[in-house]
Amino acid sequence: MNNKLKILIKGILDVSPLMIPVVPFGIIFGVIGMDLGIGPYMTFGMSIIVFGGASQIVLLQLFSGGASSLVILSSVGAVNSRHLLYGAVLSEHLSGLKLIWKIILSYIMVDQAFAVSNNYFKKNKKNKNKHYHLLATGFTCWIIWQISTLIGIFLGSIIPEELGLTFAIPITFLALLINDFKKLNNVIVMLVSGTIATLGYHLIPFKAYIIVAALSALLVALFITNINSKKI
Amino acid sequence: MQWSLIIYCGMITFLTRFSMIALLKKDTFNKKTKMILSFVPSAIFPAIIFPLVFLDNSGDLNLENNPKILAAMFAVMIGYLSKNIYATIFSGLISYWILIFLIGY
Repeated sequence: MNNKLKILIKGILDVSPLMIPVVPFGIIFGVIGMDLGIGPYMTFGMSIIVFGGASQIVLLQLFSGGASSLVILSSVGAVNSRHLLYGAVLSEHLSGLKLIWKIILSYIMVDQAFAVSNNYFKKNKKNKNKHYHLLATGFTCWIIWQISTLIGIFLGSIIPEELGLTFAIPITFLALLINDFKKLNNVIVMLVSGTIATLGYHLIPFKAYIIVAALSALLVALFITNINSKKI
Repeated sequence: MQWSLIIYCGMITFLTRFSMIALLKKDTFNKKTKMILSFVPSAIFPAIIFPLVFLDNSGDLNLENNPKILAAMFAVMIGYLSKNIYATIFSGLISYWILIFLIGY
């Protein structure tokens, strides 16, 4: 028990620095949910049920633009496809656990929790309680996300619409990409995606511009990595 | 907005996280698959960002008199130089407010 508690505390401490950017994201999400007239219950409900910042903002954005459910769901799926990678990487460490553990850990496995706990797992392969680390990092993210959503919901009902806070959506996503700005391949993929989405906004039916642009850009990424791997 | 839509989105999000953990015993993705998946943020986020910046409320391209383009470019620059998420968000929003409130764009 002592050992488990220690791992839990270590998880909380390890993930804490990564919580700093989560707070403004959560607040922005709450504010925008209120701004778009989704209401406090559904805005908070999204944070509880979906629990994924990027997916939630895509959901809001497409819904307010009048997209169909099918387009919204496929776009949310596309945004989340990176989690397949996380799951594949972590499966080695989690495959021995009971189903209920896998369910709980999957629900809380967000980007920050994955990044920190994956490092811990690599260093503590033999510890049979190591999954408590992911429980702690994921749950810390969960608590912080819910609290900041609530703050956003509260602020959203006071902040005047003239501030144009919906502009925070593109800026927030932009901030998520800053680490890739210096990689030429990534910048090419970004420009392809952005250009197709902008030009296709009216041309591509059913508001499917996000998914069409993202898939086209991934094809370009595939093409680029093929060229690069041939060079090596 | 309907609760059912939120629940479906929650299920999809959960399944992308759960599926690999439930199915795989070991990490069986090859290097190339991982490489491609690592491009997902770069492939999808700009598809959200660009239309919100370059298009006006009716969805038409607006390259002139568009403070969002200048503010976004400023945020990109700050993000590139600082690599700081906070600095990027605040520089974008504050420059946007300066442009619309002080300069009257």
